Amino acid sequence: MTGAASELLAAPSWKARLAAAWDGDVAYSFRHSPVAMASFAVFAVCVLAALFAPWVAPHNPFDLKTLNLSDSRLPPAWIDGGRAMFLLGTDDQGRDVLSAIVFGARISLLVGLASVAFALVLGVALGLLAGYAGGRTDALIMRVADVQLSFPAILIALLIDGVARVALPRDAHDQVALYVLVLAIGLSNWVQYARTVRGSTMVEKNKEYIQAARVIGVAPLPIMARHLLPNVLGPVLVLATINIATAILTEATLSFLGVGVPPTEPSLGTLIRIGNEFLFSGEWWITIFPGAALVILVLSINLLGDWLRDALNPRLR
Amino acid sequence: MLAFILRRIVQSALVMAVVTFIAFGLFNFTGDPVAFMTGQNATTEDRQRLRAELGLDQPFYVQFAHFAGNAAQGEFGLSLRQARPVSVLLKERLPATLELAVAAALLAVLVGIPLGVYTALRRTSWLSHVLLAGSLLGVSLPTFLIGILLILVFAVQLGWLPSFGRGTTVAFGWWTTGLLTASGWKSLILPTITLSLIQMTLIMRLVRSEMLEVLRTDYIKFARARGLTDRSIHFGHALKNTLVPVMTIIGLQLGAIIAFAIVTETVFQWPGMGLLFIQSVYFADIPVMAAYLCFIALVFVVINLIVDLLYYAVDPRLRIERVTTA
Repeated sequence: MTGAASELLAAPSWKARLAAAWDGDVAYSFRHSPVAMASFAVFAVCVLAALFAPWVAPHNPFDLKTLNLSDSRLPPAWIDGGRAMFLLGTDDQGRDVLSAIVFGARISLLVGLASVAFALVLGVALGLLAGYAGGRTDALIMRVADVQLSFPAILIALLIDGVARVALPRDAHDQVALYVLVLAIGLSNWVQYARTVRGSTMVEKNKEYIQAARVIGVAPLPIMARHLLPNVLGPVLVLATINIATAILTEATLSFLGVGVPPTEPSLGTLIRIGNEFLFSGEWWITIFPGAALVILVLSINLLGDWLRDALNPRLR
Repeated sequence: MLAFILRRIVQSALVMAVVTFIAFGLFNFTGDPVAFMTGQNATTEDRQRLRAELGLDQPFYVQFAHFAGNAAQGEFGLSLRQARPVSVLLKERLPATLELAVAAALLAVLVGIPLGVYTALRRTSWLSHVLLAGSLLGVSLPTFLIGILLILVFAVQLGWLPSFGRGTTVAFGWWTTGLLTASGWKSLILPTITLSLIQMTLIMRLVRSEMLEVLRTDYIKFARARGLTDRSIHFGHALKNTLVPVMTIIGLQLGAIIAFAIVTETVFQWPGMGLLFIQSVYFADIPVMAAYLCFIALVFVVINLIVDLLYYAVDPRLRIERVTTA
């Protein structure tokens, strides 16, 4: 290959790509949507705070040495009896509520993102297989999907989690609880991806480029992975954005019910569950602040997802 | 039509068989029930006899057939934690869950549909904008948080309504109802709102988008051209066609309501089946888990079947398509 040709074929530099993306339709719509920018900012703050939790949080809520029981149940700083070092108050063990929220958001985001990724991979793979293979494979996969879709996702996640709880001894379960949770939420959500991918695969597989690939003898697996996948992924990614919010809510609900993450690694749902016990004695901040954090996080993702769906929908332009 | 119904019934039966199998599989995790029931001093012969009495020496498929036969009659054995028949436990808890679910479904439909119609007809009014923004918040608020907030405001701060339980109940045979006493009604208010809020926002958004879709169609334009009144167009022509998909969703949401009742019942300590189930998960009470699983699956299968049949009965296009393709 000559130098000039390889230069032409080479991918444009990342600077050129970035500039093109900035001028593109999606970025334009982003720059003209205050809601999208605001919710992105909120989401980014949440993610960064969660990512750098040990540096962001004013205290380490899991360092038993720094906990002092005389600091327990302090109200937020602006209420009488509150102290400036505990901005949002403390819980029954003297843990700083703000720090617990930052660390809790970390677990919530981790489980949410991981379970969506798992559901995405599983759903896309099965959807591609069903759409490309057709026939009995298709019928089998889609029947299972139909059946699963007739049950609410939360019930399936609860069931898988419950079975794992019974099957594993308690100590072992606490160690793998996070993985079980990711698995349970992921398995309860793959159907949507599979259905979407199957639909677009059935359209794409009859196009000429796929037929050409088949004629020159490309095996089915590379056709699915290299040729079909990039062309069916778009709508699924939008779905995934919105599903991150759902996954975080599912995790929070399971943790609130006491069947989610173990109390040693509290997520936002666990914090709300713990705080719920102090609601009647007037210590509302232990449960309301983690709750507010959860709602802000989920709302920002929902708004971003709504915007993305509209921005990528050519009919609405 | 008959073939369609038969196919759906066969599919439903298959789902039930799979779920029953999973429920049966749960029992394999509990360990040996014989070791559980006999003391340390029991002889090997005692254990063997008990094993034979319980049918545990039978092959796997015989045990499963036995289990499925009992399950079909509603018998799931004794609860490991409470040492009472699971069927009795479920029967005790059923009225509480059903009353809560029906109240929540009614509230969601009776408020959700009018709000959806309103926001579709008055798209630009400020109230519509408020309602739509509120519905997005409603989707982002988890059920349990709504419950906690309601408890905080109406039970802890204002002290108007009770925060847990069903209040005083009246028994009719095995059915207990809280609907005949003032305290029962008061106890029902907060859990009902908690459970129905998400369904309400879903129904509202669905009715709105369906209604907007229908209002754009040709037959509505034609109705306007004929000079019909707005009232007759909106409620006589548009609403009827809007409600077909809405009906399906409401049917399916009824299942979701029963599932989310687990959360609501936990928040309000409502003595229903959901609370029983979540407690059985904590304590690994397999018979109760298995029974709840089969019961919920049955409810879902029946609801789905009814919704499918209703859809078929309401939408004539489905029937015509069957005839032409067959």
